[in-house]
Amino acid sequence: MRAQRLAPPSAIVRHAVLLISGALILIPFVWMVSLSIKSPGEIFRASFSFWPEQFYGIENYTEALTSSPLPRYMLNGVVVCAAILALQIVICAPAAYALAKLDFPGRNLLFALVLIALLLPHEMLALPLFILGAKLGILNSYAGLVFPYVVSPLGIFLFRQFFKTIPDDVVHAARLDGFSELGIVSRIMVPMALPAIIAFGIFSVVSHWNSLFWPLIAVRDQNLMPPPLGIMVFKNEEAGNDYGPLMAASTLVVLPLIIAFLSAQRWFVEGLTGGAVK
Amino acid sequence: MRSASSATAEAITSPADRGASQKALRRHQIAEMLAAWSLAGPALLLLIVLFFLPVFAVIAVALTDWQFGASSFTFVGLANFRELLADEVFRASFVNSILYVVIVVPGTIVLGLAIALLIESGKSFRAFYRAIHFLPFMATLTATAIAWEALLHPTIGLVNQTFVSLGLPTANWLRDENTVLPVLAIIGVWQNLGYAMVLFLAGMKSIPQDLYDAADIDGADAFLDRLRTVTLPMLGPVTMFIFIVVALKAFETFDTVQILTQGGPGHASEMLLYTLYRESFQYLRTGYGASVAVVFLFIVVALTLIQARVMDKKVHYQ
Amino acid sequence: MAAITIEKIEKSFGATPVLRDVSLKIADGEFLTLLGPSGCGKSTLLRILAGLEVQTGGSVAIGERVVDGVRPNWRDVAMVFQSYALYPHMTVQENMAVPLRMRRLSAWQRLPLVGRFRPGTKAVAAEIETEVMRTAKALGIGHLLARKPGQLSGGQRQRVAVGRAMVRQPAVFLMDEPLSNLDAKLRVQMRAEIKELHDRLGVTFVYVTHDQSEAMTMSDRVAVMLDGELLQVAAPQEIYANPDDLRVAEFIGSPKINKLQARVRDGGLAETAGTSFTIPADIALGTDVALGIRPEAFHLVEAGGHNILTGAVRLVEHMGSDLYVHLDVPGTHHPVIARLLAERAPQITFGRTLHLGVKPERLLLFAGDGRRLRPHDHKSASLVKMKERVQ
Repeated sequence: MRAQRLAPPSAIVRHAVLLISGALILIPFVWMVSLSIKSPGEIFRASFSFWPEQFYGIENYTEALTSSPLPRYMLNGVVVCAAILALQIVICAPAAYALAKLDFPGRNLLFALVLIALLLPHEMLALPLFILGAKLGILNSYAGLVFPYVVSPLGIFLFRQFFKTIPDDVVHAARLDGFSELGIVSRIMVPMALPAIIAFGIFSVVSHWNSLFWPLIAVRDQNLMPPPLGIMVFKNEEAGNDYGPLMAASTLVVLPLIIAFLSAQRWFVEGLTGGAVK
Repeated sequence: MRSASSATAEAITSPADRGASQKALRRHQIAEMLAAWSLAGPALLLLIVLFFLPVFAVIAVALTDWQFGASSFTFVGLANFRELLADEVFRASFVNSILYVVIVVPGTIVLGLAIALLIESGKSFRAFYRAIHFLPFMATLTATAIAWEALLHPTIGLVNQTFVSLGLPTANWLRDENTVLPVLAIIGVWQNLGYAMVLFLAGMKSIPQDLYDAADIDGADAFLDRLRTVTLPMLGPVTMFIFIVVALKAFETFDTVQILTQGGPGHASEMLLYTLYRESFQYLRTGYGASVAVVFLFIVVALTLIQARVMDKKVHYQ
Repeated sequence: MAAITIEKIEKSFGATPVLRDVSLKIADGEFLTLLGPSGCGKSTLLRILAGLEVQTGGSVAIGERVVDGVRPNWRDVAMVFQSYALYPHMTVQENMAVPLRMRRLSAWQRLPLVGRFRPGTKAVAAEIETEVMRTAKALGIGHLLARKPGQLSGGQRQRVAVGRAMVRQPAVFLMDEPLSNLDAKLRVQMRAEIKELHDRLGVTFVYVTHDQSEAMTMSDRVAVMLDGELLQVAAPQEIYANPDDLRVAEFIGSPKINKLQARVRDGGLAETAGTSFTIPADIALGTDVALGIRPEAFHLVEAGGHNILTGAVRLVEHMGSDLYVHLDVPGTHHPVIARLLAERAPQITFGRTLHLGVKPERLLLFAGDGRRLRPHDHKSASLVKMKERVQ
């Protein structure tokens, strides 16, 4: 509520409540880090203290990085997320341009298809996609992890909305300057739509970095696993007993996104909720 | 002036020329159409292959007894659905999913709204509080679920330690069929309330200051009166949106079940997407799994239609 | 019923001052307009009167009561907003009932569902409904009560906003550019209706606008504001004919007043643009002054000379009954604009030299800092002082 002038006591209550709720929200993260620097003995002695009596972080993180192919998982995550995002932009931006700026029979039908696809929960389609992947023989490969996501209805939708705000005159001027239609998309529209691309890029990378469901179905080979599937396997192998290295691995998986989030908070919030407000 | 010049233009344009210009127009339209379809073609093709054909495929497979890898199958009509209705595991899964949604959605909305109101009621540390509460939404749920498991550990977990020191009853939260679903729901609320909060904050920013001024003048100047006269009604559309999105997300809960409970103990935390996964990819009962997917599809379509209806009629105040 | 006393109001947002030492007395039942360009502080002053904004210094009294620190609700004022600020989720009837419900029903009685069963709720609710109905009928919106604002036209919303303000029978009406969202035709019509409403209700109106025609047609008095300062408060015709300040003279009137820089010469003459004008004799020799001449103060004469401007026609604008003639006069930076009768048109063609005469009594004389130098005899005492200061 804007312009609500809070008297000092209410301001104190505001900070108190938000600090408490914030602390409660953070507990899982704090505990994760705390356990990742404690020795097994101390973990099982169960204490409230965040900081360990004996710093065991080096051992735990070394264990996490060596006893499981964690660096490989992270690399897989980067490769898969980058491939998905690149393909999404390459495939969605031209379609969004056609929807926003070109007049052709079937445009409304195409846009309707995009909107319907936007509503379909992708997980529900895992079974036919699995069969498709099997027929193509690309399961258990990077391609298998990437192919269901190469076209994003949300991407087409967001790009179209943004392209619509670019004046038609820009397109006309580009045509007079001799650009091809594909050239207009790649040289004019995409650079101008950079804010929308970044927001969508964050959404795409965060969703696929965090995704467990499809990788669980699509790959068996440990060398292809993205981070969430990797730590799940790590957890099952360790039988959930060796909390220290497991928490170290979890921390390492969560860390890149949290650092990115804290340094570009506004972009993240926009990207992860942006589809909503438009 | 204009009519005169167009008249002369017409006079010097022979019928043949006019035919040529029409042809040029036609050619221009065809060129634009070809350009459009070649730009949109790949996306359209992929939408059909990756979204629309799978929908038909899943419905078709749901009507057969196909098992993955089997070379033949027979059409069984609605037999899979009949079996589904009789299957106690599926019934548990369905009921659990609904219970989960019924806890997570109001919990997320109420807490998200409360935190958004608190953040917006002052000027200091807004970005800080927003960041903290948003953190779980973007963190890898697989990893944070493992942290939750440690917190909820029956002997060495922080939760039970705290409860013991406060003299409260403890439990083996994730292994007790009475507590497992509420605990998963709490994790669900924890994960999603930041999302609701951010959308509520955006909604509050778009409320015109004039309305609050009018409320002040009209006498609705106490906190609760302002809330009731202006803030809450103006947040109607965004609340509806959050309701649908969080409900859909809650129906699709998978990671916490897979990591923390595997549907157990018994089937106390069995939920739809997990059932779908297990039937289709672990038991390879493909036709049966597909019928679960169809039920899923049905729920999603129903929720979406509700959203479209309510949004248009009630919440936009037109 | 209430007079308003504004005393030495100061307001700044951070380091930026928006109101400087504003003092003003508004009589009970008066229609006073705050007029000025956007950003001059007029809306801020109105919001301070309403209690929506707190002043940095100074004090406001409504009636006998000093209202500083009193919440808007308790000031007995109603306000009509530029955006109307109708509650979009409520019907017209509910919108208009809000101020009454908030006043007459307790918090308990206003609770949804439960409130209906509290003792007395029904009677009060019925009373409110009657009053809303009566006001709505008086404004010609009785048939719209069940609609929501989204289903109304701009003019209808405007009326609902006025109705919501009227229904509580406030001592003071505050209006913040209430007509600026309407199209030109409707604006003229609503202008008359608001004026009638004021005559009928007889309470104090404070009206904010940047539109001088609204200010001139509706107000008892106009207060002209610029850069957070009150420059002049007077009746509309007085503001136009007798401005206190060059900035007021320039803001009011369309086309704009002609401004000529002149220097006082011996014998009560001011020299400018190759001619000289008769001015009151008691201004010191060599003083720099500004001459203000309204476009309609000119009349065509046959030859140049004293009290006559001579120049070449640069542009002629036909306005129907009038002509606006732009004249290039040697020695001036801007073209001089004269408003002449349309029947003169045949004489006036591009490039032709015209002679425009001005009667000395229609000349407005301003000091170098923009203050008005009055030619009247009874002011000559102060003029002498002024002269000394100028020297």
